Amino acid sequence: MDRIPILRMGGFLLVTIQVDVHDQLANRLPEELTATIAETDARGVLIEISSLEMVDSFIGRVLGNIAEMSKLLSARTVLVGMTPAVAITLVELGISLPGVHTALDVDRGMAMLRELDSEDARFGEVAPAPAG
Amino acid sequence: MDSTQRLSAVIEQHEASLLEGWLAAQEAHLPIRPGERVAERKTASAAFLHALRSGLVQNSPLDDLRHEGWSPLRALLTELSQDSAREGRSAVDAAQLYLTFLRPLSEQLLASCAREEFLPTLWDATRLIESIGLHITSVYQRARDDIIRRQQQEMLELSTPVIKVWDGILALPIIGTLDSARTQTVMENLLQRVVETGSDIAIIDITGVPTVDTLTAQHLLKTVTATRLMGGECIISGIRPQIAQTLVQLGVDLGDVLTRSTLAGALALALSRRRLTIAPVEGAQESVPREDAH
Repeated sequence: MDRIPILRMGGFLLVTIQVDVHDQLANRLPEELTATIAETDARGVLIEISSLEMVDSFIGRVLGNIAEMSKLLSARTVLVGMTPAVAITLVELGISLPGVHTALDVDRGMAMLRELDSEDARFGEVAPAPAG
Repeated sequence: MDSTQRLSAVIEQHEASLLEGWLAAQEAHLPIRPGERVAERKTASAAFLHALRSGLVQNSPLDDLRHEGWSPLRALLTELSQDSAREGRSAVDAAQLYLTFLRPLSEQLLASCAREEFLPTLWDATRLIESIGLHITSVYQRARDDIIRRQQQEMLELSTPVIKVWDGILALPIIGTLDSARTQTVMENLLQRVVETGSDIAIIDITGVPTVDTLTAQHLLKTVTATRLMGGECIISGIRPQIAQTLVQLGVDLGDVLTRSTLAGALALALSRRRLTIAPVEGAQESVPREDAH
């Protein structure tokens, strides 16, 4: 099956990008993800990319777009598990993913999502993500 | 007979007295130092004469040391230069000792050569001795360059340790200039350790960085951004007043990067971000008494 699975976990969504995605797949993800967020009323999305060995500026843009789209739908995005090699590549490409929260691993990512969620509940709006 | 043959003949016939005359000239120019032995100089000089002769006998061109016939001579000189470079001795001294050979040689040529042959032979001999001097210094230079490059590499490897100061907190004290090559190493090291230790806070201390210009600041920012992308957070500490001034004057924007002037301050900040604090042990004295206090 040639799609990226989107799992539900409490009020959140978990996406694991297992293989180096090609453009077609990457193009479908924002569409499917936003549809699922709306369908399930998800409050946050965790994108796990520890298996991703290579990124280019296209993938970088896709990830950034997903974060922005999700925010419009009142869901937060946390990116976890980025490898050093990928981080260095993105920095060299000048991509800093300003709208995206990041965490070292799934545990911390989930904790971050829950904390952000409770902040949202307190302040009644999606608080701004860290700047690049 | 050409110069090469004449020189060959002169050196062969008068080797002993040339050697003696040369040792005297060496002593006059550069007296034996304590730690140096006369026998060493004598052996080295004799070996030189031998190598010189073997090159002349093969009719090697006097103006081209790269010729095959001169390879024993080149090997001898190269070894000498590299020893000097390794031991930190000046190659100029070594070169000049060989240049002094010209003195006994020219005296002998004056005695042995016919009038019209003397000057041309002396001129050719001089060119040969000069290229020997130049060869010594160029080999020396190259050996020194190799040593410097090797030391630079070692310094690069030694000087960017990543230290775990607490659970989840790493410290990276940078000593020396931060150029692009070093930034790459620093960044790779740090990110690797972040993953290995599961630390989400890294303190980059720049107390030991002498100057910070726009380029250095960019390098630092790259490292901070890469760490952030992975889910970690950097604090830059050790910003001296002069550096703060320079950064503002250069219009460098560190954005929202956390900074502190001291490593201690950065550590306190890191601890608080991990919801930790350092507190005195209840009911304790000022300090734990030393065990050997009697």
